[in-house]
Amino acid sequence: MTKQKVLLSSKEVNIILHRLTSQLIEKHEDFSNTVLIGIQPRGAFLANRIKYLLEDFYNIPNVKLGLLDITFFRDDFRRGDKTLEANTTTIDFIVEDKNVIFIDDVLYTGRSISAALTAMQSFGRPKDIELLTLIDRRFSRHLPIQPNYKGRQVDVINEEKVTVHWAENEGEDTVYLISK
Amino acid sequence: MSELSVKHLLGIKYIQPEDIQLIFKTADHFKEVINRPIKKVPSLRDITIANLFFENSTRTKLSFELAEKRLSADVINFSAAQSSVKKGETLIDTVNNILSMKVDMVVMRHPNPGAGVFLSKHINASIINAGDGAHEHPTQGLLDSYSIRERLGEVGGKNVVIVGDILHSRVALSNIFALQKQGANVKICGPKTLIPKHIEKLGVTVETNLRKALEWADVANMLRIQNERLDIGYFPSTREYTQQYGVTKDLLNSLDKEVVIMHPGPINRGVEITSDVADSDQAIILNQVENGVAIRMAIIYLLASKIK
Repeated sequence: MTKQKVLLSSKEVNIILHRLTSQLIEKHEDFSNTVLIGIQPRGAFLANRIKYLLEDFYNIPNVKLGLLDITFFRDDFRRGDKTLEANTTTIDFIVEDKNVIFIDDVLYTGRSISAALTAMQSFGRPKDIELLTLIDRRFSRHLPIQPNYKGRQVDVINEEKVTVHWAENEGEDTVYLISK
Repeated sequence: MSELSVKHLLGIKYIQPEDIQLIFKTADHFKEVINRPIKKVPSLRDITIANLFFENSTRTKLSFELAEKRLSADVINFSAAQSSVKKGETLIDTVNNILSMKVDMVVMRHPNPGAGVFLSKHINASIINAGDGAHEHPTQGLLDSYSIRERLGEVGGKNVVIVGDILHSRVALSNIFALQKQGANVKICGPKTLIPKHIEKLGVTVETNLRKALEWADVANMLRIQNERLDIGYFPSTREYTQQYGVTKDLLNSLDKEVVIMHPGPINRGVEITSDVADSDQAIILNQVENGVAIRMAIIYLLASKIK
């Protein structure tokens, strides 16, 4: 039987989002040379939230947000049972010489971010790339990749799963720990 | 659905409507990829593909090769003109020799109808039919539908007329199957000598008057007069064919609607369509070529993901 435990409540998620946004402003100020890239599919929700907070709550106009799909860059093509299904990539600005912030909901093995780094090369050469994640599953990494901004660090064993629910998709902002 | 129902793409006849939708959805993503500054993805870096062309081809071969390279597959090319086929080797022997070099997928064009189906019963690799005689040319059929979908929003419910040499055309048959599986209405138009007997049994209507056909149509797919296949005189002269079945700007302007003009290439300018039609905004001929790469990338990607 699967057991489900709340890791972060809606209120906690909200506080963390404000903190992460403030940390971004501290480093990137007016975002004139900084762009946000949400990693598809689940990073898109978090990236949209951060953009909303930056623009509507902290009055930083015209924050650029792109969505990057990494399906064709993943290293597990033909290794699973199912065909990997792609999502949309929309990056309608130039990333050359920009400070890029990758945004994803959960950092686990680091393979998605590795694929995203490869995928980014198709769009140009950014000045630098940082990583923001809501949940950092430390001790589960397969690659030397660490977040620059993290919401909450959790110690979870491999059999357990962390899922992030968003109000716009699942009706509530909650992070669950699911164990079998 | 996230997986094709087939292991090979031998013809549109053998695939499901859901397969077509999956291919189109995947092609949308690849179309975005091939418009990036760097047009290449590493998905198929461990796949080797053999392009076996037992019959001449320029654009299909280039399009397949480009699609394969943009997916990072390793590619080997083979054309019958410079091969042991001339020395009397059988098709199965030729292909098995190539497969012994650890090839995962075969793209094959062959002058004999059914060559792909025959081969699929004897070898293990995935096969993509790039044209088999006058039978099918499935990737062309799919890219034509994809181009209609791109221009008109959807294929279902649209009236599509295929004009010209239906008898010798593999493009026509694949188009008929593809369009019908998506719910479009298909009409065939051309001289009676170039329309196969009993083609109505496929559920298409036949019209010998081009103007009437165009008045009915949303899309006209103009096929090339394949002089190399016309073994006997099917019509008195090219000039007479053009007068009866050539699309001109005047003819299009005299209709009360805008018909989308397609052509699988290569165009005989001034025969099946005039230059001003081919270069007009109504024609989506070059979009078809661009979409061809995206569609072939999607098909190769989806079939390759089933290779274990």
